[in-house]
Amino acid sequence: MPLIEVKELSKIFGKQIKQAKQLLDEGSTKSEILKETGCTVGVSRASFSVEAGEIFVIMGLSGSGKSTLIRLINRLIEPTEGNILIDGEDLSNMDKKALRKTRREKLGMVFQRFALFPHRTILENAEFGLEIQNIAKEERSKRAKEALEMVGLGGYLHQKPSQLSGGMQQRVGLARALANDPEVLLMDEAFSALDPLIRKEMQDELIDLQAKMKKTILFITHDLDEALRLGDRIALMRDGSIVQIGTPEEILVSPANDYVEKFVEDVDRSKILTAQNIMKRPETINIDRHGPRVALERMREEGLSSILVVNGNRDLQGYVTADDALDAIKKENSDLRDILRTDIQRVEKDTTMNDIFNIIYDSPIPVAVVEGNRLDGIIVRGAVIAGLAKDGEVSFDNA
Amino acid sequence: MTMLDQLLNFAPKIPIAEATKSTTEWITDTFSFLFKPIKQYFGDFMEVSSDILMSVPPIIIILVVAVIAFFISGKRFGLAAFSIVGLWLIYNQGLWDHLIYTFTLVLISSLLSILVGVPVGIMMSKSKTAEAIITPVLDFMQTMPAFVYLIPAVAFFGIGMVPGVFASFIFATPPTVRFTNLGIRQVSKELVEASEAFGSTGAQKLFKVELPMAKATIMAGINQTVMLALSMVVIASMIGAKGLGREVLSALQRAEVGSGFVAGLGIVILAIVIDRFTQSMNKKKAS
Repeated sequence: MPLIEVKELSKIFGKQIKQAKQLLDEGSTKSEILKETGCTVGVSRASFSVEAGEIFVIMGLSGSGKSTLIRLINRLIEPTEGNILIDGEDLSNMDKKALRKTRREKLGMVFQRFALFPHRTILENAEFGLEIQNIAKEERSKRAKEALEMVGLGGYLHQKPSQLSGGMQQRVGLARALANDPEVLLMDEAFSALDPLIRKEMQDELIDLQAKMKKTILFITHDLDEALRLGDRIALMRDGSIVQIGTPEEILVSPANDYVEKFVEDVDRSKILTAQNIMKRPETINIDRHGPRVALERMREEGLSSILVVNGNRDLQGYVTADDALDAIKKENSDLRDILRTDIQRVEKDTTMNDIFNIIYDSPIPVAVVEGNRLDGIIVRGAVIAGLAKDGEVSFDNA
Repeated sequence: MTMLDQLLNFAPKIPIAEATKSTTEWITDTFSFLFKPIKQYFGDFMEVSSDILMSVPPIIIILVVAVIAFFISGKRFGLAAFSIVGLWLIYNQGLWDHLIYTFTLVLISSLLSILVGVPVGIMMSKSKTAEAIITPVLDFMQTMPAFVYLIPAVAFFGIGMVPGVFASFIFATPPTVRFTNLGIRQVSKELVEASEAFGSTGAQKLFKVELPMAKATIMAGINQTVMLALSMVVIASMIGAKGLGREVLSALQRAEVGSGFVAGLGIVILAIVIDRFTQSMNKKKAS
């Protein structure tokens, strides 16, 4: 069972909610509803589920409703309709007391501009969530200190937030959320206010922390690179609706519509696309069954100058070139093993294109994609370029 | 011309004054069981407070004030020195007892204003309806000439210190209410969200986040309230409140420019000391 389940969640801001709701159910768009009723649709029937231990990224441009959506999940904003299930419990119809209990025990939140309490020290900030649960002073400062240690701020306990840099302040924000030991972390553009270097560092640390602590993270961002780095799955939002949910590859490789495609076209593909995305089905011959003649014939058919050689298990043996095969035929040598070359470059399925670039650059023959020894595909130079140059635009930023 | 006049005379004179008068009389009669003990005990309480302060040798009060001034102004001598010279001057002019009465009046009515004003301000910040209702009431309280409050004050509480406190309470409370409301509304939305997201109750949000964040603004309002209360002492002396105000008033009645100036100077000195005190407290806490 997924840890978080969001079903048909909507939020309409304005006065004529009832009317707007009806229009929404009838399938009117956001702008039609605004024109008709003066109501703004913040989030329109969003449904998704998040598995325990997953980093689920909700991405969209400003105004797409992503910040509203994350606030609907802990009911900082009251949903107009729909359900939010966490651990099978429905938050949307909890009374105040039950909601408070869920917020205290299950949901931690990290804010875009840190939202640290300026009148409290770092330690007191990290203690906040425990303090409001009336946990004894010693216990809460112990747990808050552990959380601060974890984010690398053990030495700043008695400073005020204003004395710390932005990156450090957001570490405090993270520690404050972690001190409660919640199952779910809601992160609202948590790294967007940081400069790029620090942001990347924080992203890495979040991934490390996640590996250690196995929290379920809901991460909001407008930055696709960040979404692709962090997300196990990504939901793309537009005008309050979720337009696509998928793994980073799915989003990049098969955008659900023009909007998504437009969104992803500026991405530096070389960092995201892997061997798997650009490999082709390889032409092969079997070392046990075929000889140089078959090899040459197949190369002629396919217009290749070399061909990969496998055994009966599709384990990669090497390759033969057309020249060598011709020589062997002239010498009436029928064993491929005599002309087999083994200096072929191998990459794994999940090698990024960035790395493949360096390999293929000075390799005269295609690169083999293998899983263990088993041949899965080949990558020819042309495919690398084509993969990067989607819609004719080539980006060689990090090539 | 007469035709036009008649247009305005479509209704007889509305008896606002009569209505106010009868309402006040009704309140006086109906709640006299409340007003009498208030006048009695509260009056006694103020007398006793003043007597206690007066029983302390002035030199000790001056020194204590100077020491406190030294510490709250960040260990600087300016305010302490001014307090010593200023208070001594009042003593020197034979106005010490009047100073104590005035101080008691200001202190008590300010405390009352704060005690009522801060909760009302909080209520206002939490509810748009409350804000919509209270704002015009505050405007009314502040713009109505302060003398007008003296009339019902006398009706309710007779003459003396108690009606003085009542009148300055009405006149001086609005800034505390307004600034409390403003201060809480100005707390950044993200901070309020943070406290809610971690599961604060309403009271926890108020006491752990909103009030601490709004403290500087609320203190600025309190400072205003204290200053307004002080400005009421001369007016309150018209209904028998003792203190420096009465000296000013009697100098006015006898056209004695000298003693009027001296008593006025006493009020100025007290005002400066109180103002700097409340401001320094604010600065210290805000930093």
